Amino acid sequence: MDESSRPSLIRQRVERLGIVVVRGIEESGYMFRLLYEAIEWVVVGKQRQQPVRVTSIVNEAVQIGIMAVPIIAVLCFSIGVMLAIQGIETLKTYGAEAQVVLGIALSVTREFSPLIVSILIAGRSGSAIAARIGTMQESQEIDALRVIGINPVRHLVAPIVIAMLICVPCLVILGDVMGLLGGAIFTRIDLGLPISVYFDRTFEVLSVDDVMQGLIKSLVFAVIIALVGLANGFQVQGGAEGVGRSTTRSVVMSISLIVIADMVFTYFLNR
Amino acid sequence: MSESIEKIPVVEVDNLVTHYGDRKILNGVSLNIYQGEIIVIMGGSGSGKSTLLRHLLGLHKPTSGCIRLLGKDITKLNNQEMYALRRHMGVAFQGGALFSSMTVGENVMLPLREHTKLDEQTMQIMTRLKLELVNLIGFEDLKPSELSGGMIKRAALARAVVMDPKLLFFDEPSAGLDPVAAVELDELILKLRSALKMSIVVVTHELDSAFKIADRITVLDQGDILMTDTVENVRKSDNQRIQNLLNRMPRDDAVDTDDYLRRLTGYN
Repeated sequence: MDESSRPSLIRQRVERLGIVVVRGIEESGYMFRLLYEAIEWVVVGKQRQQPVRVTSIVNEAVQIGIMAVPIIAVLCFSIGVMLAIQGIETLKTYGAEAQVVLGIALSVTREFSPLIVSILIAGRSGSAIAARIGTMQESQEIDALRVIGINPVRHLVAPIVIAMLICVPCLVILGDVMGLLGGAIFTRIDLGLPISVYFDRTFEVLSVDDVMQGLIKSLVFAVIIALVGLANGFQVQGGAEGVGRSTTRSVVMSISLIVIADMVFTYFLNR
Repeated sequence: MSESIEKIPVVEVDNLVTHYGDRKILNGVSLNIYQGEIIVIMGGSGSGKSTLLRHLLGLHKPTSGCIRLLGKDITKLNNQEMYALRRHMGVAFQGGALFSSMTVGENVMLPLREHTKLDEQTMQIMTRLKLELVNLIGFEDLKPSELSGGMIKRAALARAVVMDPKLLFFDEPSAGLDPVAAVELDELILKLRSALKMSIVVVTHELDSAFKIADRITVLDQGDILMTDTVENVRKSDNQRIQNLLNRMPRDDAVDTDDYLRRLTGYN
């Protein structure tokens, strides 16, 4: 056995790095193709006599959006209260407690609401999408769709992407309202500031741009959640264990991508 | 199949080569299937029979070679043409592949909904007609998870034939069934052929079932077709590998000692 057949440690490492990079590029290419085809089906589905069905979009939207309303309301309300507590505490040192209104208004609409909503939807619906598509892949339901002549992108991907694009921004608006309400109620209790005055001031300081910034980001997050969940689902291999692995992977991956994308977008939107 | 009828090919596979990753699965397979016949593709696991089926269904693109279904080369069709061709093909998958979110009735009706513009009433009737055929009438409102293994296969068969396809593919009909249910399913396949006059391709490794239903048998082994002939001739074949398969003998490939050691140590 000659030495050359045993690759050195460094060569192995470099090789592995190369494989990981290529797989990453391949996977993002796959996701963009899914997105492109989904948009294509929405646009030309009618001409092809195979429209993206509104009922499927509504069903997905109920699962992703309506069912998440209570938990989003509770979480964003808590975030609002938490920001008020921290804000009042810190601003006390400067004797500027009343400025807490500005702090809560900006941080809720620009950051916390989009982030909390997206992370929750990634955990709740992103994982469910990966699990559902993965199970369908494993039980040959995806193949069955294709042999019947139903394009899986049209039937499964497009409705999920559209429902996600509708639901996440709507939930972010709900999150904004609940976050501000949480802040208002705690400020009322702690500083005795009437709630109506709190909201008057909030609307004074809050510009349309602040809210839009959160909404624009939420659209990007929506696409990330949908594509990561779907791609992980379609790539399932290895039975029930594989479905579990893909589900976990999709949650970790979409939350990581959301946080990183948030950083990038916040940087560019604030220049 | 009587010899007097002119043989019209419904499936023509010509020199099909396929790869899974870098691994070659089929090494140039050629096969003709004629109208009205039941052909059984037989082979052990790893023989490439599932791969061949998936290519016949147009689920993968082959490396080379061509596959003509009903005279159309599916490796060259665009999406619209393939969509039109799918109206004439029915497939029953191994595990049924019924959509778990729909009832049995909705599952069977789905191809009609997709490919036709019939009104609800007519679709209902056509669905019940096919459920009657597979003896599942009265179960249309159940979910697939509430059915037994045999019932799932029969429901999948009903969905596959609901459009009255010219070509029916059936993957492992008897896998996972008790002997009685397996025999019933074989009977059902024969009944379907005589009732609906379709050409049927069955993929299986079950010998009893293959001998019972087949007009012709194709034996696939390690990516090659060993022979395609009538049941009688396959039984009589003096090919060692076919006889091994028929007599359930293990493969006795000659062991190359050097190669064996190389594989054990992992150095190539």
